[in-house]
Amino acid sequence: MGRYVIRRLLQMIPVFFGTTLLIFLMVNVMGDPIAGLCGDRQCDPATAAQLRTEFGLDKPVWQQYLTYMGNIFTGDFGTAFNGQKVTELMATAFPITIRLTVVAIVFEIVIGISLGVVTGLRRGRPVDTVVLILTLVVIAVPTFVTGLLLQLLLGVEWGIIKPSVSSEAPVDELIVPGLVLASVSLAYVTRLTRTSIAENARADYVRTAVAKGLPRRRVVVRHLLRNSLIPVVTFIGTDVGALMGGAIVTERIFNIHGVGYQLYQGILRQNSQTVVGFVTVLVLVFLAANLIVDLLYAVLDPRIRYA
Amino acid sequence: MRGATQARWAVCAVAVALTATACGGGDSGGGGGADGIVSSSWGDPQNPLEPANTNEVQGGKVLDMVFRGLVRYDPKTGEAKNEIAEKIESKDSQNFTITIKDNWTFSNGEKITAKSFVDAWNYGAALKNNQKNAYFFQYIDGYDKVHPESGSASAGTLSGLKVVNGTTFTAKLSQKFSLWPDTLGYAAFVPLPKAFYDDHDAWLSKPVGNGPYTIDQYAKGSSMSLRRWDDYPGADKAQNGGIDLKVYTDNNTAYTDLTAGNLDLVDDVPAAQLKNVSSDLGDRYINTPAGIIQTLAFPFYEKAWDTPGAIKVRQGLSMAINRDQITSQIFQKTRTPASDWTSPVLGEEGGFKKGLCGPSCEYDKAQAKKLIQEGGGIPGGQLKISYNADTGSHKEWVDAVCNSINNVMGNNKACVGGPVGTFADFRSQVSTQKLTGAWRAGWQMDYPLIQNFLQPLYYTNAPSNDGKWSDKKFDDLVDKANGESDKATAVTTFQDAEKVLVEQMPVIPLWYQNGSAGYSDRVENVSLNPFSVPVYDQIKVK
Repeated sequence: MGRYVIRRLLQMIPVFFGTTLLIFLMVNVMGDPIAGLCGDRQCDPATAAQLRTEFGLDKPVWQQYLTYMGNIFTGDFGTAFNGQKVTELMATAFPITIRLTVVAIVFEIVIGISLGVVTGLRRGRPVDTVVLILTLVVIAVPTFVTGLLLQLLLGVEWGIIKPSVSSEAPVDELIVPGLVLASVSLAYVTRLTRTSIAENARADYVRTAVAKGLPRRRVVVRHLLRNSLIPVVTFIGTDVGALMGGAIVTERIFNIHGVGYQLYQGILRQNSQTVVGFVTVLVLVFLAANLIVDLLYAVLDPRIRYA
Repeated sequence: MRGATQARWAVCAVAVALTATACGGGDSGGGGGADGIVSSSWGDPQNPLEPANTNEVQGGKVLDMVFRGLVRYDPKTGEAKNEIAEKIESKDSQNFTITIKDNWTFSNGEKITAKSFVDAWNYGAALKNNQKNAYFFQYIDGYDKVHPESGSASAGTLSGLKVVNGTTFTAKLSQKFSLWPDTLGYAAFVPLPKAFYDDHDAWLSKPVGNGPYTIDQYAKGSSMSLRRWDDYPGADKAQNGGIDLKVYTDNNTAYTDLTAGNLDLVDDVPAAQLKNVSSDLGDRYINTPAGIIQTLAFPFYEKAWDTPGAIKVRQGLSMAINRDQITSQIFQKTRTPASDWTSPVLGEEGGFKKGLCGPSCEYDKAQAKKLIQEGGGIPGGQLKISYNADTGSHKEWVDAVCNSINNVMGNNKACVGGPVGTFADFRSQVSTQKLTGAWRAGWQMDYPLIQNFLQPLYYTNAPSNDGKWSDKKFDDLVDKANGESDKATAVTTFQDAEKVLVEQMPVIPLWYQNGSAGYSDRVENVSLNPFSVPVYDQIKVK
């Protein structure tokens, strides 16, 4: 187990360098960011040159990358164009997005898995059909449509929620955005659980458990669900990263100043320091989530062991 | 908030289950009347909030509330009026003596003296401080020493500025510029307190100024609370208790918040909502001219565009654009077809002249086609109009302009749009002369003067003359106008220079942009100034 974790951690290093280098190159390809800082007029050449030196943009890209990586290991993620430290931006953006992601994941787990279990055990019944159609609808409708619709109905027409989230973004204001963010994944979780449960419900060990006279609840939760969760956990694990990075749409609609918003601003302003910094952290989150998922397998199914 | 009690309870139940706080209604806080707080939409300022470093509307908005300078532009007429300045005098339009009023202080109690101005201007002009508006000080003698085009500065301060005593200083310009005092209302010219230099970082995190408001709280990137400064010495004291600025990720969300009653003021109604705005807001929607003009610019560094024939082509193209149709259908009348190169906010006296462009800016299908053909056709056979596709919904109108031109030419390929991914990339292509066709250009005035609409854009090698157009007659007339000591003569001479633009059509004027804003029924007396920034201090809370 310990050796496995160490091996996995070592594997992360090349992935980490590779992704950051790619992002760095991609942002740099977009052209000269200083030109956009002066609005619809030309920056005066002397000031532009000064700014380029200040942000290290006058050096060749490989040198910029090396300096950047060097700085990262001392905890210095550079400065955004508005003079704020990128670490400062992260400190405000990440807690908000993490809260939003947690809300979304909780929805996925609670609603998604419960619906999956219910439909998986009642295959072909009306409940199953209704949920299947509903999940199909949710998957088919784009997030921004659901988001704008809920915002309009709950926020403007009925006045149940505020249409925009305040800058502190407390959990209660994040419920509706979290639900919107979770919606598509939630539908997938439901369908994954349903299939997995339906498949395992006919397995020998379930029949054995039922034959032993175990209470139905115990059969479902301890025997059936535990074995059926492996694909679901894999999905939810990778979804953590996807939700954090992919929250751009939801965050824009509900005015949440999280990671998605900062990334969007960073890209619009071609601020490589912000973009690379945020993506680097997202890459780390993604890698960590994947590792945790792999380790969870052993908990769910003790037959899976890591040497 | 209409009957939704049950649904609200349901949501509250979920909220409580997820360890949440109370489910309150929309509480705007602050009470009403003279102490009422107005909440307003905001965008994240692009640059650090320093007067000489802020060149866009979002940061400018804050500076307008927190600072007052020598001169202030009347929020209604745009006329430059003395604010802190007692008088600004000159005998030769080149050496100015500025006397300031004695009773002004910063909100931290520090007295405003002549030195507060001179130090601030020296700071703004110095190359080492990276101030993006440094070029505003270019007319002051010694600017080329403290801010050379390249290399390092050979002087630390502007030689043209001298403090005479506590309330007087002199400014020597490097050329005659009779309207110079009228430029001093721009935010780059405001005085700065000692705290600015002593602890720069602390000042940036909470700027201290001398305007009707003080900054109470500033959470960078998300919100700012401004409160009325009760000891403000100026005449334009704030009529409300303060302003809460809230950064929105999307102006559509801000508009939704306004219609839901969570926000008092939106100063940028999204284009997509213009169709609904009258049913949503009624007369609480403002649509007034702003000092912004939009144009099509051409590359004169490309030989094909710098020929006598190309003049006719440009005039023809200008006549091929159906401005009336595009402004009413695409912009829902938030733009006005342009018929000169300035802006209606200048007023007749300030140099705006409706129809100065004459028939060259009027839609005339037959004549347009004739002129383009006489001029030898569009260089390269196709006009490509470049624009940035990330913001401002430029695609719609560029396509419409091209449609209009294609119709006239009877050729579907005569004009195409050329999208560029980001604004920064677009600007970098424009400013490094990479574009070979036309591009969209826009100009937002820095100060309400006809000079500002002409000199920075069309004078030979001027900083924003991106197309590198050059014309001796135009340059001479601008120089002459700047030397005139009488304002009215200066304005008419500038208009003479503008007539050169009619003959040559270096850029095609398209339309004047309006400022658009909407407000809630909780506030009144809302208006936009000529810079399309809300006049915050005049807003009253009911």
